[in-house]
This record gives sequence, C-alpha cells and structure tokens, in this order.
Amino acid sequence: MDIVELSRLQFAFTAMVHFLFVPLTLGLSILLAIMESVYVMTGRTIYRQMTKFWGKLFGINFALGVTTGIAMEFQFGTNWSYYSHYVGDIFGAPLAIEALMAFFLESTLVGLFFFGWDRMSKEKHLAVTWLMALATNMSALWILVANGWMQHPVGSELNLATMRMELTNFADVLLNPVAQVKFVHTVSAGYVTGAVFVLAISSWYLLKGREIAFARRSFAIASAFGLASVLSVIVLGDESGYELGDVQKVKLAAIEAEWQTHPAPAAFTLFGIPNEREQRTDMAIKIPGVMGLIATRSWNTEVMGIRELKEEHRERITNGQEAYTLMQRLRRGEGSEEDIARFEEVRSDIGYGLLLSAYSDDVANATEADIAQAVEASIPKVWPLFWSFRAMVAAGFIMLLLFGLAFWHSVRRQPEKSPWLLRFALFSLPLPWIASEAGWFVAEYGRQPWAIGEILPVHLAVSSLTAEQVLSTLVAIGILYTVFVIIEVWLMQHFARKGPTGSGYLDDDIDVAYTTSSPYREEK
Amino acid sequence: MDYETLRFIWWVLIGVLLIGFSVTDGFDMGVATLLKVVGHGDEERRVMINSMAPHWDGNQVWLITAGGALFAAWPPVYATAFNGFYLALMLTLFALFLRPLAFDYRSKLESQAWRSCWDWGLTLGSAVPALIFGVAFGNLLQGVPFQFDDILRLDYQGGLLDLLNPFALLAGLLSLLMFITHGAAWLQLKTGGELRHRSAAIGSWTAVVCAMLFMLGGVWMLLGVDGYQVTSVIDTQGYNDTTGKVVAVSTGGWIANYSRFPLLWLLPLLGVSGFLLCAVTMKMGRHVLAFISSAAAMAMVIVTTGVTMFPFVMPSSLNPNHSLTMWDATASELTLKIMFVVVCIFVPLVLLYTAWSYWVMRGRLDEQFIRNNDKALY
Repeated sequence: MDIVELSRLQFAFTAMVHFLFVPLTLGLSILLAIMESVYVMTGRTIYRQMTKFWGKLFGINFALGVTTGIAMEFQFGTNWSYYSHYVGDIFGAPLAIEALMAFFLESTLVGLFFFGWDRMSKEKHLAVTWLMALATNMSALWILVANGWMQHPVGSELNLATMRMELTNFADVLLNPVAQVKFVHTVSAGYVTGAVFVLAISSWYLLKGREIAFARRSFAIASAFGLASVLSVIVLGDESGYELGDVQKVKLAAIEAEWQTHPAPAAFTLFGIPNEREQRTDMAIKIPGVMGLIATRSWNTEVMGIRELKEEHRERITNGQEAYTLMQRLRRGEGSEEDIARFEEVRSDIGYGLLLSAYSDDVANATEADIAQAVEASIPKVWPLFWSFRAMVAAGFIMLLLFGLAFWHSVRRQPEKSPWLLRFALFSLPLPWIASEAGWFVAEYGRQPWAIGEILPVHLAVSSLTAEQVLSTLVAIGILYTVFVIIEVWLMQHFARKGPTGSGYLDDDIDVAYTTSSPYREEK
Repeated sequence: MDYETLRFIWWVLIGVLLIGFSVTDGFDMGVATLLKVVGHGDEERRVMINSMAPHWDGNQVWLITAGGALFAAWPPVYATAFNGFYLALMLTLFALFLRPLAFDYRSKLESQAWRSCWDWGLTLGSAVPALIFGVAFGNLLQGVPFQFDDILRLDYQGGLLDLLNPFALLAGLLSLLMFITHGAAWLQLKTGGELRHRSAAIGSWTAVVCAMLFMLGGVWMLLGVDGYQVTSVIDTQGYNDTTGKVVAVSTGGWIANYSRFPLLWLLPLLGVSGFLLCAVTMKMGRHVLAFISSAAAMAMVIVTTGVTMFPFVMPSSLNPNHSLTMWDATASELTLKIMFVVVCIFVPLVLLYTAWSYWVMRGRLDEQFIRNNDKALY
C-alpha cells in the first residue's frame, strides 16, 4: 500500500474508534442531566444514585473518548500536512473555537461533576451537569462545522500568493447548510446511543429481576428520551438526504447506485446488488418516485446519475488543467491580462485539475488517458456506500420500533412483564454504534476522491512521509487502541454487572463520609 | 486593527497558550512523573492522583487548544512542525493516550498489579511528552531541515534520531525538570506530612538544576548554535509566500535581538531568579510562593525562547530562505481577526471557571480522606 492508502486507513481507524465513544458521551451527558434534574426537583435520592451510577459508566467511556480525541486533533498536522497548509486558514478555526468554547468547559466541569458532589449545593451541581452536557454538544457543533466544510466548502477562495484556500466569509462557514444538518443529525444519533445504552442495561436488570426500582426508572427515562431522539434522527436524516441532492450529487448517486439519470421523480432502490462493471444494479427492488422526493422535494427535478456526472467531471477536469497551467504562470508573475481574465473563468475548477496530479507529474501536459483515469476515479465505489447507507437506515428503523414499543410499555404498564421486549432492548445494544459508524463511513467514503469536496484531492493532502513511517504508526495505534477498547469494554460490563447495588451507590453512606470526615473541605 | 498588529498579537497569544499549558498541565505532568518517586504505597499515590483528579482534564485542554490555535493562526507552522517531528509527536501521542485511562481506570479495580501498571502509564504518559516538548523547542532553536516545492508542499529531510541531538536533549531535560519542579510545588499545596516533605526536598533540588540548565543552554546557544536573521524586507502587512525572503545564518546569531534591545536580558534573568526563588521558598515551606515562582520561571523560559527567535517560529536549516516567521506563516487577516475576537471572549471565561473549579476543590488531601471515599475517588 502507498502512503495515501495508509494515511487514509489510519485516519479511518482513528476516527471510527473515536466515534465509538463520542455518541455515548453526547447522549449520556444529557441523560445524566435529566436524571439529576429529577433528583433536584423531587428530592428523591434514587435519582441521585442513578446519576452517579450511570455517571460511573459515563466516566469509563469518557476517558477513552478523550484519549482517542487527542489523536484526532493532532493527526491533521502529522498525517495530512498539505491539507493543513492548504485549508488550515478555514478548517483550523472551528477546531480552535471548539477547544476554547466547548472542550475547556466540558473538561473542567467533568471534574466537578465527579468530585464536586458534596462541595456545592445541589442546584449548583445540577448546573454543572447541564453545562457539561451543553458543552459536549457545543463540541459536536464545531467539529461538524469543520466536517461540513470538508463536504461542502463555502465562504472561502484560493489565494495565489500564499497558495492556499483562505476564509472570505465566516458566517457562510458557520451557517453552511451541510454542517447544520449534520450537527442535528449527529447529536440526535448520540442521544439515541445514550438511550439505547441505558435501556439495554436496565432491561438486563429487569430480566434478571435485579435493581427493579432503579432499572424501571432508568428504562422510563431512556425510552421517552430515546423515542424523541430517534424520531429526530430520522427526520433530520431525511433533511441530510435533501442537502445531498442539493450539494453533494456524487455521493447521493453512489449511495443510491443511480447509474444514469432517470426521468423525475427518481425511484428509490430498496434492495439490489450494485454491479460496478456493468454499471447497473442487479435484482433491484424499487419504490417509484421516493428518491426524487427525498433528494429534490419535487416531482419534476431529476436526480443526476453517475454517467452524467462523469461527463460533467470530464469537462471540469479539462478546465481545471487549464486553470492549473494559468495558476503556475500567474504565480511566477508571468501572466498576461488575458491569462488573468481566463483564470477567473476557470478557477473554480482548479481542484479538478489537481485530480490529474495522481496520474501525471506534469498536470499541464496530462494526456487524454490521464484525464480518462481521473474521470473514472472521480466517483467513489458504489457498493460500500450502497450497503453502509442501508445498514444505517435499517438500524435506525429497528430502533424506532424498539423505542416505540418501550415507550408504550413503560407508559401503559410495567415493562418487566414483557420479557420479549426486554430481550429485544438488550440485543439492540450494538445498533446505535452500527448506525453511527455506517453513517460516518457514508459521509467520508462518499466524499472520495476529495479531502475537501471539489477543492483538494485526497492524494495531495498527505504529509511528506514514507509509507514505512505511516505503516509503523498505524500498527502501533492499532495495537494500542485494541488493548484500550478491550479494557474499556471489560470495565463497562464489569460495573454494569455489579450494578448500582454492587458499586456501592445504593447506600448513601458514601455521601455521608464525604461531608462529615473530609479534611478536604477547609484548609486549617 | 491592521494585519501587522494582528500577527503580532497572535505571536503573543500562542505564547500565552503555551504558558497556560505549562502552568496548568505542567503541574499534573510533574506530579504524575513523581508518582513512583515520592509516593510510597498505594494510598500515598492515590493522594497524589486525587490532588489533580478534578483538574487534569481541564488542564490538558490547554495543550489541545494550543494545537488548535496553531492550526488556525499559523497553519504552515502546524503543518510543517507536526509533519516534520512525525515520529516524535506520535510517541508523544501514544504517551498522552495513557493519561486519561490511567486516571480513570487505575483505582476502579483493587488489584495491585493493575494499579501499578496504570501508575507506570501515568508516569510515562506525562514524562515523555514533557521531555519531547523541550526537545522540539531545542530543535526549533537550531533550525529544522525542511523546504517547500512550487505549490508549497513540504519536503522534510530528517528523522527521529536527528532530533535527539545534545542541545535538544538539554532543552528536553530542562522542560521535564521544570514540570517536575512545578508538580512538586503543587504537591506541597495539596498534601501534608511525609509526602509534602519529600516533594519539597526533590522540588528545591530540581529547581536549582533548572536554573543551571537554563543558563547552560543560553551560553551554548550563543557560542555553538546557528542563529537566523531575515536580511530582506518582509511585508508585514501583506500576503507572502513563505519562500520569498532572504535569511542569513551565523553561529551565535540569536544574540541579535538582545544586542538591539538590551532590556530583553531581563527575561532570562527573571527566569533564573524564578527557579532560584522557587528553590528557596520550597525549603522555607512557603508553598504558595514556590508555586507562583515556578510558574513564573517557566513562563520566562517560554518568553525567552520566543523573543530570542523573533520573528522566526520555525527556521529551516536546509533552506534558510524557506524559514517560517510570524510575519509570513500566519493565517489570513480575516481568520486572525475572528480568532482574536473568539479568544477575547472565551479565554477570560475559561480562566474564570477554571479558577472557580480550583476554588471549589480547594484544600489538602490525606490518606484518611482516600479511605473514607474509596469508591468515589480515583
């Protein structure tokens, strides 16, 4: 494998492992705040015990989220050096703002959440918990503003003097429709993850006939919160579909295996086997009109197919080649008036010109064959996207069914009387993770061959490193993360099995000890 | 506010973030490094760990923010330094991975073997980054072998072993000992009894070594290290290609800024006196003063380094003309402006709630406290 593939693999691995922990942090932080609110409002200590017990599991997850997050912040520089140079002016800002606005608050308050129980009034502690949850969500906002810009780069333009993209309108970057839709879809998915987690473990206690009072309350909160969240994920996911139809036509065509443009409104392929060689989908089961409606919200707008997109790309690559040639001339200060005028016409295609650098060292003189190769590679492989998208959607609808039933049972009667439901909840535990990972795969793989959509190809974005260097770090990270994840999952199940009783959260002595004999309180 | 001023402000701000990192994360890295040295037995170690338990995570965000701010304000520096120091930074990352896990997982199980493993993880996770950060600055001062091609792609010609040269190792040792001194000062603020005595004994000794290393480094730099100077005119208001200037290299050349502004000599002088004051106050048991002076001394070390290299941020030994300076390796004017506004709003807020969290968790810890709150603490 070459440096580009290894770097992509390393990014995919670190990002996907990181995102095992992020959604649970997002969802559990809100659930903790809800539980603690009930405690403060009703004064019933069982809700404080719930906050502390789920808080302990939250902590185990949070630690690995922080660990894997450190790698995310630094690997743009280490492994994607040209990317960092080329778009750091825009992309760096949301990352820095995330740290200043959200991550600082979250990390400072998480310490007070765990260790500040007896050191402030319960209202103050509740405020700490809510602010921690809010900060976690703010984190997600800025990260998704950054990612949204990678998908749909707005508010920026190439500066020939510094040879990089520079910010022209910050509001455009912040209000980028792709970023907004991604943010709400992603945090809702996080809420669903938290809710499934609490629901599944509570169901397990109910199945075992343990911790009944504790588990029943947790079940009720999780089912209500989960139902609201899963509905919002699905509705907002539909919104994502619309945004794709608007600005990321290639990704949409690949997800839907839309090999060529069909008369509007396009059909939605429920099932089928994408056949890359023949450019068609075998054994397709189609629902007429649905995809056209989702993607364009109209009856008469076409959804562009892969064949037509490739034709468009061929034209843009040719323009991009010219733009690249002109750029070199202008950067050397040799451009004439006409050159400048012509460059302005084709500059928006310069990213497509850069695609050619994968096939030819001399972009300006790339051959027809090089162009043909670049055109073929301008569409990501269809079947991985087709399948992961469907996995995500299927997981989403199963969870909708789960929360619908769970909510209904928790409202109407006691859920412990329906063991089948409890088992359904328990076995649904992996679903939110499958959905999240599949969703991110669609988002990131679907952007190929671009690092920054239509601006910077991924093969140019890498660092000046050898394949051996990247391979060695990839192996090391692989080993470390695997060990970490095994430890984390083991601890999780260990404390989940112990339950609130076994962990000492059902006797309140722990709090008494804190308040009476603590020399920690005042310095003498 | 014009571009030139913004660029200067951001040079100051990056320094502020690095100082914020050293003063906050520095002490918990120092304490963690000392874990097996001054902490005898599980309970003492738990006292040490819990003295920083509510704060280490917030402290670490100074590092993350410094990384993010570097990305946003000086993209070429972020890209060049992180790529250039690849294996060293990866080692740092692997070490940093261990910290959150060690803090959170260590005391969750009773097994002594489990706890001892995580104690090593905590120590490694803190000592390795402390050392490597110093090594990185030691290399920046000597220049790093990189250059750019016509579309500013990086060409870096060095490896991990080149980074580990004597001068850089001295800088690494200094930064490690700075953090250890600072950690020892923190332990005197937060613990009592034997633990406090042991940390005072170690800290007052390391503070003196810091002063000596700092002076030695200064002399070495002026006698044997290449200094860089821009000889062409940089347009401090304009958009510059980082490769379009002329840079001269001469041994001992880093003295130039001090020759021009002799008042700058005060900075290293304050640094040395800070370390010495720290040593003395530790001996006298004036722990608050000791903590403040070690913080101030570290700040002066960072400021001295920055001022010495000004306006350079990352000189290139391979092609000095391609060196990165704080005039030409910055983000666009708009980005710097927006980020400055963000900093003006949020850094005071961060300082405010950080201070509040330290106030809420004030006071000393002892072994009795650990026993009483066995399940709720790290």
